[in-house]
Amino acid sequence: MSDTDPIAVFLTEAAELLEQIEIGLLDLTHRLDDKDQIDAVFRGLHTLKGSGAMFGFDALAAFTHHCETAFDRVRKGDVPASQELVAAVLAAQDHMKALIEAPHGDHDDKSSTLLGSLHAAVNGSGNSAVISPAEPEATAPAKQDGSDRAGWTVRFRLPANAMANGTNPLGLLDELRDLGDCRITVDKSKLPPLDSLNPSDIHLGWTVELLGDADRTAVEDVFIFVMDEMELSIEPILRETKPVAEADVGTAAAAAAADVPIPAQVIAARSATPAAAPAPQSAATEQKQAKAAENVRVPAERLDELMDRVGELVIAQSRLSQLADASIEIQLRAVSEDIERLSGELRDTMMVLRMMPVASLFGRFRRLVHDLSRETGKVIELETEGETTEVDKTVIDRLADPLVHLVRNSIDHGLETPDERRAAGKPEAGHVRLSARQSGGEVIITVKDDGRGINRERVRAKAESSGLIQPGAALSDQELLQLIFQPGFSTAQQITSLSGRGVGMDVVKKTVEALRGAIEVTSTPGNGSEIALRIPLTLAIIDGLLVRIGTGAYVIPLSAVEECLELSPETDLRSRGRSFISLRDSLVPFIRLRELFNTRTEPDPFQKIVVISTGSERVGLVVDQIIGDHQTVIKSLSKLHHDVATFSGATILGDGSVALILDVAHLVAAGQQQEAQLRAAG
Amino acid sequence: MSAHILTVDDSASIRMTTKIALSNAGYTVTEAVDGADGIAKLSAGTFDLIVTDLNMPNMDGLTMIRELRKMPAHTGVPVIFLTTESDGEIKSQAKAAGATGWLTKPFDPENLVKIARKVLGK
Repeated sequence: MSDTDPIAVFLTEAAELLEQIEIGLLDLTHRLDDKDQIDAVFRGLHTLKGSGAMFGFDALAAFTHHCETAFDRVRKGDVPASQELVAAVLAAQDHMKALIEAPHGDHDDKSSTLLGSLHAAVNGSGNSAVISPAEPEATAPAKQDGSDRAGWTVRFRLPANAMANGTNPLGLLDELRDLGDCRITVDKSKLPPLDSLNPSDIHLGWTVELLGDADRTAVEDVFIFVMDEMELSIEPILRETKPVAEADVGTAAAAAAADVPIPAQVIAARSATPAAAPAPQSAATEQKQAKAAENVRVPAERLDELMDRVGELVIAQSRLSQLADASIEIQLRAVSEDIERLSGELRDTMMVLRMMPVASLFGRFRRLVHDLSRETGKVIELETEGETTEVDKTVIDRLADPLVHLVRNSIDHGLETPDERRAAGKPEAGHVRLSARQSGGEVIITVKDDGRGINRERVRAKAESSGLIQPGAALSDQELLQLIFQPGFSTAQQITSLSGRGVGMDVVKKTVEALRGAIEVTSTPGNGSEIALRIPLTLAIIDGLLVRIGTGAYVIPLSAVEECLELSPETDLRSRGRSFISLRDSLVPFIRLRELFNTRTEPDPFQKIVVISTGSERVGLVVDQIIGDHQTVIKSLSKLHHDVATFSGATILGDGSVALILDVAHLVAAGQQQEAQLRAAG
Repeated sequence: MSAHILTVDDSASIRMTTKIALSNAGYTVTEAVDGADGIAKLSAGTFDLIVTDLNMPNMDGLTMIRELRKMPAHTGVPVIFLTTESDGEIKSQAKAAGATGWLTKPFDPENLVKIARKVLGK
C-alpha cells in the first residue's frame, strides 16, 4: 500500500465494508436463512466498528456496535433473521455513511430513530434493551496498600503449560526487576525426577522480594495475561520486619544461588538452539548482574595456557576412548564415557571463559564515526546491535582493525554527501549499522550502510584494467563483489585520508580467513551495501567430521557440513569430467579429493560426498569413508607450510597419528571456480 | 536482529496502524490478511510474536491460533489477540486455544508496542 495515512486507508476500507454489508443484506432479503451472509454482515459490522473506534469515528463505532450486537444474536440463533431487521440494518447502513462523511455532525436524532426500529425488529415489542452499553473491563480493585512497606513479596507459580502458550517466566522476572531491586529465589519443590520431566513444562515457582515503592497494580500488571490461571500472592514487606524469603527455601546456600541459572536452562531446552551450543547467553547476562566484586581478573596468557592443557586433555581423552571402544571391559568403557563427557564440558566452560561481549569492540566506533562525520561533512547515524553477543577474545583482538576499515570504507565510499542523499530522495543522515549475532557455531558480524551501494561496472572496469580478471570474463555477482577484497584493489576515484591507504580490504579478508571465517558482500545500487563476517565461535577446539581419503585421515569442520550422501558408481561414471551432482534441483559442483591429493590406492567401491557450505555457496567433497565426529584440537601448520591453501591446520588423533584439517573457505572457492570454468566452456 | 512480528487482520487500516507502530518501535513486521493467509505465512517462516484479530473471513483467529499451536515451529511463540470489550467469553476461548495475551480495541498504538515489549522481553 503506497498510501501512508491510516485514516485515508480506513475511509477506503469503510466504503468497501459498507458495500460488502449492503450486498450481504440485499442477498438476505431473498434468503433469510443464509448463514454465510449473516456471518459476512456480522464480520463487516464488527470490523467497521473496531476500525472506526481506532481512528476516532466514535459516533460511528457506537452506532455500529448496536447493529453488530443485533446481528451477533441472529448469528447465534437467539433471534431469527427477519425482513424487518434486514430493512432496519439497511437503513442504518446508509446512516453509517453519513457518520463517516461528517463524523462531527449532529446525528443523534437520526441515530436514535434508527436504533429504535432496530430494537423493534430484534425484540418484537421492543421494550427490553438488547443493547447494553459495552461494559468496561473490570480492573482489579485497588487493595489495601500499606504505606510503610519496603516492597512486596511476590510468590508465583505459572500453569505448567504456560510456555507453550508463549508466556516466558524470565520475561516476567525481568519485568519485576524493572520495578525495583529484586531478590529472587526458586522453588524447586515440585520439580519431578528427570525421567518424568517434560522440558516444555514449567515446574518451578518463584519468590521475589521486590524492594522499592512500586504499587500493587504495577506488580499485578506484570502478570495480567496469566493472572487467572496462576498461583500468585503479593504481600507487602513491612519496614520493621526483616525480609522473609529464606524461610521458604530452607538453606541459605539455595538462596545464595538464587541468580536463576535453573530457569535459564529450562528455557534453553525450550528454544530450538542445539544443545551442543553452550547457551551461555542468558547465564552470562545473569552473571553480569552479579556484583563486580565477584569477578576475578586473570591475565590472558594464563587462559591461553589453560586452553592448551584442555586441548591436550581432549587429545588424551580421544586416545582413551579409542582404547575403550576396542575393549570389552565394561567398567573401562564407563569411565571412558565419563571422561569424554567431562572433558567436553571442561572444553565448553573454557570457551565461555574466553568469551567477551562484542560491546568492547563496538564501543570505539561511536567516536570514530563522530570524527569521520566532521572530517567528511557527511551526517552519519551509527546504530549498533547485538552488543551482548559473545565471541572469543582472540576474535575481538584481531577483528578490531578490519572492522575499523570496513566502517571507514562504508562511510567514505558508501555514504553519499547530504546533498546527494537529498537529491536521491533519502534522509539526509546516512545510516551505518554494526551488528553481531550468533548463528549455529558462528558469530556473524555485519557492517551495513544505506549509501549508494557498490558500483559493479566500476569494480569490473578496475579489475580488468589491473589484470585481476580477463576482459569480459563471466563472473557471478558474488564473485564480482568479492573482487574488492583482492590485493591492490581500490575503486575510490580520489584517495582520501580515510580509506585508500594502509590497511586494505585484502587485509580484512586475510584476517577473517585466518580466523577460519568467511566474508559475504551484498549490495543494492542506490540502497547500500552489507558486508557480513562469519567467524567460527571457537578457535582452538572444534567439532570436526573425520573422513578417510586413501590411507589418510582428514577433518572437515562440522559447522560447515550440510549433509553426506553416497556417490553411487553409476553417478560417479556419469559425472566424469563434469563433476556435478544434482541436489534437490540445484547443481552442486564436487571435488574429488582423491585426485586433488594424488591418492594411489584403490578407491572404495562406494564413495561418499560430504556437502559443505560457506553461507550461500555449496560444494561437495568426495571421500572414501566417513568415520564420524571428532573433537578436533587445532594445531597450526608450521611456518614452512604457511602458504598451503587447502589445509587450515592439523590435529592429533586418538592413535597419535596426524590428520589435516581441510580449509572449507578455500575448497568452496575452488569448487565454484571449477563450476564457473565448466559453465564458460559450455 | 530485530524481532519479527506477524500481524493478522482483515482490516487494512488496522494492519497499517499496527505496522507503523511496530516498525517505528524497531520491529520487523509481516502482514497477513486473514487466518488462512496467516497460516501460510507461518508455514513459510518463523516469527517472534504474532498479533492477530479474531473475527476474520477464510479462517478466524481462534482457529488460526489452534492450528499454529500444532506447528512445531510455533509452539511457545507469544500470540496476542485483538478483542473488543463487548466480546465477552471469547477471551477465555482464545486463551484456551493457546493465546498468550490480548489487547482491547480500540487500542492506543503505544500500548501495542508496550505489550509487544512485554511478551518479547528485552
